[in-house]
Amino acid sequence: MGAVTSLALGPTAGTRLGRINPVAQLGAIGVVTLVLLTSLDVVTPAVVVAAELCLLPAAGLSSPWDLWRRTWPLLLGASSVGLVNVLLSADAGVITGVGLGLRVVGLALPGVLLVATTDPVRLADALTLHWRMSTRFAFGALAALRLVPLLIGEFESVRLARRARGVEAGRNPVARARLLGGIVFALLVSAVRRGSRLATAMDARGFDSGIPRSNARGSRLHRRDAAFVAGTVAVCVAAVTSSVLTGAWHPVFVG
Amino acid sequence: MTGVDLVVEPGERVLLTGASGAGKSTLLAALAGILDAEGAEVAGELTVDGGDPRAARGRLGLLAQDPDSQLVMTRAGDDVAFGLENAGLPAADIWPRVDEALAAVGFPHGRDRPTQALSGGEKQRLVLAGVLARRPGLLLLDEPTAQLDPPGAALVRAAVARVTADRSATTIVVDHDAGPWLPLVDRVVEVVPGGLVEHGPDWHPAARTAGLRLPPAVDGPVLLTAEAAGFTYRGSATPALPATTAVLRSGRTLAVTGPNGAGKSTLALLLAGLRAPTTGRIAAARDLAAGVRREHREPHRWRAGELVSRIGTVFQHPEQQFLTGRLRDELALGPLRSGEHATAARATAEELLERLGLTAFADANPYTLSGGQQRRLSVATALATAPQVLVLDEPTFGQDAATWRELVTLLAEQRSRGCAIAVVTHDADLVEVLADDRLPLAMTTGERASQRVPASEERNEPGAEPWAL
Repeated sequence: MGAVTSLALGPTAGTRLGRINPVAQLGAIGVVTLVLLTSLDVVTPAVVVAAELCLLPAAGLSSPWDLWRRTWPLLLGASSVGLVNVLLSADAGVITGVGLGLRVVGLALPGVLLVATTDPVRLADALTLHWRMSTRFAFGALAALRLVPLLIGEFESVRLARRARGVEAGRNPVARARLLGGIVFALLVSAVRRGSRLATAMDARGFDSGIPRSNARGSRLHRRDAAFVAGTVAVCVAAVTSSVLTGAWHPVFVG
Repeated sequence: MTGVDLVVEPGERVLLTGASGAGKSTLLAALAGILDAEGAEVAGELTVDGGDPRAARGRLGLLAQDPDSQLVMTRAGDDVAFGLENAGLPAADIWPRVDEALAAVGFPHGRDRPTQALSGGEKQRLVLAGVLARRPGLLLLDEPTAQLDPPGAALVRAAVARVTADRSATTIVVDHDAGPWLPLVDRVVEVVPGGLVEHGPDWHPAARTAGLRLPPAVDGPVLLTAEAAGFTYRGSATPALPATTAVLRSGRTLAVTGPNGAGKSTLALLLAGLRAPTTGRIAAARDLAAGVRREHREPHRWRAGELVSRIGTVFQHPEQQFLTGRLRDELALGPLRSGEHATAARATAEELLERLGLTAFADANPYTLSGGQQRRLSVATALATAPQVLVLDEPTFGQDAATWRELVTLLAEQRSRGCAIAVVTHDADLVEVLADDRLPLAMTTGERASQRVPASEERNEPGAEPWAL
């Protein structure tokens, strides 16, 4: 459950990165993803990750504790990807393992930065206004997102309630799995009920009633947003160039 | 519901009251045009503005019980604007109406306030602002204060009074607790089995404590003590519960009161052996711990099977503690877990079903019961193992008068058989009739201790709080 809590941490208000329009951030994430998914060497992800780390202070993540809280599931995932490849693959050396681990970090860190800096409402505004995403989907998802912290609180209550009823798994892993299954089911029931109440409340306030929706906040694109995407492209070009120059370049499609 | 006739004139303020399960909410849902016709037989005619309620939906405003499942946005102002955006209002017209609505409900914060940081009463007023900003012709309020503490409920009622004073909207309030709404409404209609009864202007609901005769407390030995026990969440600077001392005695009731956020529920979890205190300790007397494998340990380290037959816990939300698909199994579960024989466990279950008048539902799923029935069942599951200590968190929250009296009687019976009861509550009536000792928690830090103040003495000293150190 700790991993979910880590991902559900809300945005920090007033960061410099938060002033970049969410669609520009998503565009930059698209560029980085494309480059990292097509390269299999260690130099490209290393350069990209280094550039991403430079953005941490702008995202308000300068204290090590804040950073750890938000990234530990990612770091765990990355190190296990690296380790598994080194241990299980016959022809993968330590360098390849490090490269794969860095790739995971490079792919996931921009997502962490987005979540850490961007109010989900601004994201929904930007997606519906600039990318013409359906308001029903964007604001529906937004409302659902609000329920996540409530569910996390409820998980704890349901777990304690089971102990109070005399139900406990002890050290038996099978019993543990069954108990967790029961708790997850109880949460699912509760989430469905809460979700339908929320849908009724949104309905009663005229959501998705067929009238074209207006937007009170708006979402404006500035020159800095274009500069941010251009900067990202420049970093990726630099990463690939240095990879080619050092002779490490090994794109996916060349085999 | 059958054969209901009711005409509400424009601008009227009507209270619809009646016991839980009488059909108040069904009527309201029909008015709001959100009644799920599946599995229901609908007869007769219902019109809003002379037409189908579903067609009049744009003119309706609905405020329901749970504020958390009515807020959509992350900031207060955005949430009020949500309904106006849905109506397609141009952005320039939205913000003045948002500010107007926030002011009308007396919202104490700015537009940028994160909705997560609001108290229950503030959230509910914010939802009301969001409803009002759309300028509804008909305002439907479905038990809007049922999940709030008394100060929060009072603020919401004050906001409702303010915004309905000019009669621009017709208002229908549904609440089983009629008393607090009487000064705010023009008419009171009670839903009774078989139809509706309209009450006159001088009508007052009977006090739920009237004529209640409870078995007395019996003074017994100390069973469980919180010795300067406190709790701080990991990573948090301020404690959820500052060091607190509380004593539970056999045959007596300790009422834990205080504002939201004072740590009442946390103290209940510590006493119930469900959480370990981060400072101080919870000490179980030998009488209580007898038979536990390592009886010198604190209750939170007991095995669940040992705990369930010694300390019974009733959570605030009954549905969180149901584990089986049938009432019968639900009641037998505790006894089985504490090592009782299956036949004996079944007999206990049948007896409790009989006692609670739920025998007809023995094979029903607990989730399908009404709110009041679920509450009684959750108390019964805790009683099934005849624990010596009972810990209850807000057992009377949102219950109608009949269920309330039943619960209070049930608890008083347990007390007179020697059970030690700790009850966390905002309910002044419950404290009045049942509390033998009181522990008011405050929002301050520092050490606190409970004092055994007889109820009569305490009422003679208004304002004096000798126990709040």
